[in-house]
Amino acid sequence: MKRVRAEILSSRRLGSFRTLTIVAPEIAELANPGQFVTIAMPEGREFFLRRHFPIHQASRRGGWAGTLEFAFEPAGLGTGWLAAAEAHEFLDVIGPLGKGFDYPRSLTNCLLVAEGRGAPGIYFLAQELRAQGKRVDLLVGAETQERIFKPIEAKRLSQTLSVRTGDGTMGERGTVLDGIAGVAEQSGSEVVYAAGPRAMLRAVAAFCAERSLPAQVAVDERMACGIGLCFTCVVPVARKDGSRYDNLRACWEGPVFNPGRVLWDRWGQGAPTMTPTPPEGFPAVRTWPG
Amino acid sequence: MSLDLSVELAGVRFPTPVLVASGCFGTGAEAAGLVDASTLGGIVTRTITPLPEKGAPTPRLAETPSGMLSAVGLQNPGVEAFLLEDLPPLAALGVPIVVSVGGRTLDEFLTVASACARVPGIVALEAYLAAPDEEHSGKPFASRPDVAADVAGSVARVSGLPVFAKLPGVGSELVETASACARAGAHGITLIDGIPGMAVDSERLSSALGPIVGGLTGPAIRPVAVRAVYEVTRALPGVPVMGVGGVRTGNDAVELLLAGAGAVQVGTAMLLDPATPGIVLEGIRRYLETKGLRSPADVQGRLRASAAAPAPAPAPSPAPGPASRSS
Repeated sequence: MKRVRAEILSSRRLGSFRTLTIVAPEIAELANPGQFVTIAMPEGREFFLRRHFPIHQASRRGGWAGTLEFAFEPAGLGTGWLAAAEAHEFLDVIGPLGKGFDYPRSLTNCLLVAEGRGAPGIYFLAQELRAQGKRVDLLVGAETQERIFKPIEAKRLSQTLSVRTGDGTMGERGTVLDGIAGVAEQSGSEVVYAAGPRAMLRAVAAFCAERSLPAQVAVDERMACGIGLCFTCVVPVARKDGSRYDNLRACWEGPVFNPGRVLWDRWGQGAPTMTPTPPEGFPAVRTWPG
Repeated sequence: MSLDLSVELAGVRFPTPVLVASGCFGTGAEAAGLVDASTLGGIVTRTITPLPEKGAPTPRLAETPSGMLSAVGLQNPGVEAFLLEDLPPLAALGVPIVVSVGGRTLDEFLTVASACARVPGIVALEAYLAAPDEEHSGKPFASRPDVAADVAGSVARVSGLPVFAKLPGVGSELVETASACARAGAHGITLIDGIPGMAVDSERLSSALGPIVGGLTGPAIRPVAVRAVYEVTRALPGVPVMGVGGVRTGNDAVELLLAGAGAVQVGTAMLLDPATPGIVLEGIRRYLETKGLRSPADVQGRLRASAAAPAPAPAPSPAPGPASRSS
């Protein structure tokens, strides 16, 4: 983990995404797919927590050596500010953070599934798997065409690319979950990787469990620090022997987990707690009503 | 003129007046590469309970204007595992360690406190009195002066260590509670804890946090902390106070010192910049140099020298702020 003041080399809008390329050789050198960086927010504003982004690209060689790219869809004060940052401005960056994806030793056919914010990190993984001689099939989904991240790059990185959009403006209408069985069958997938919203990851986990496919998922949980200090980003994960579970930090033990060990029912659901003010009289659920 | 940045509170010498607040230093080893340990006066650990705690359901975090709303629910490995696994890397930093002690009952507090007695590296305890008291229908220990005092005093007796009672910064019984804790044997007071707060996700018609309610911390609560420190130190001049709440710069810390704190703790700012204690310490150093002072103790409570008002009634509510009093 390094902390650097990194110059923005370029900032580009791609559909609904904004991608930033920064000069951060110390981080680029160490970065692996699945890992992320955090960016400090400007001082003197009402938004101040660091924002975290999966690493999309880390160039160690060639003309872009020492650069790092991450991408996001501006959705609030922090990402809005970052989207407006211009080339040659400097950012306070910490990374690479978290534990990245593992690669299969003997199996070769990899199915990579991404939705929304998960896509940029999954493309980095695709590139590394290809470099190791693996077959990569990509299944990418979003609400609409605008929100499919870098479709041309996705095509280049994969043996086959399947796109699903909610409104049918690109690829087939539907979600990645509608497509996963067909793609896995056609490509002879032996390993599955996924990144995206929890509901999607959960369904991918169930799919993989049913077919005994080894899988890894990168979770996206709210984080304050990104460096293991605050314990706000935890995910309940069963121990290997299955005897009990631990609330593991997405930023430290994760964000990549074995979906077969994530307790999906418990993640985000109520449990007896010792909060500063006990939630007495409130149901321990996250949504009202029901 | 040479500066001595160390401070003494409750008989403990802290090498600088800038400590890390509870719950902002992970298990102990994570931030080692990003923090200059020589800038730290001490580290207050996350709150430790007798048995392992899983903590609160997620989401545990929401950002609010200049504030962080969070509810971790005291996730910790239990005192036994803490002493075996977390403490050694913390102690290896060479910084005084203050263990935050929690529990659902008085007995649970005492279990942790006695386990920490005579453990090398642990210089003091902080009693986390915002924890819900199971024997009083889940009301925080700190909400009743007699209960808070009983816990803080008993923790001190059982551990034989200096104990700081951590209290909420709001509520009309603040000074009364602090006073009761000191009379019962607490050696100092830590002010303030996160303020109970809530944020709503209107799109999903749900609370932004899994446990519904969380604690508000960060710059938004700093004026509340300054006022609490001011009121308590003015009413109880002999009782050392650690000020905590939204400290990010040297000037933030100096505000708390002037209001009466003997040291400060950095909490939320650790999460966005683990180098914050160094920045705060440098700011304090520059302030002392500018004012021709030699130590943080020379700043402590200096606000009072110019305040005309005598000691207040024990429980003013609502109280005028320090600025209006000193004018």
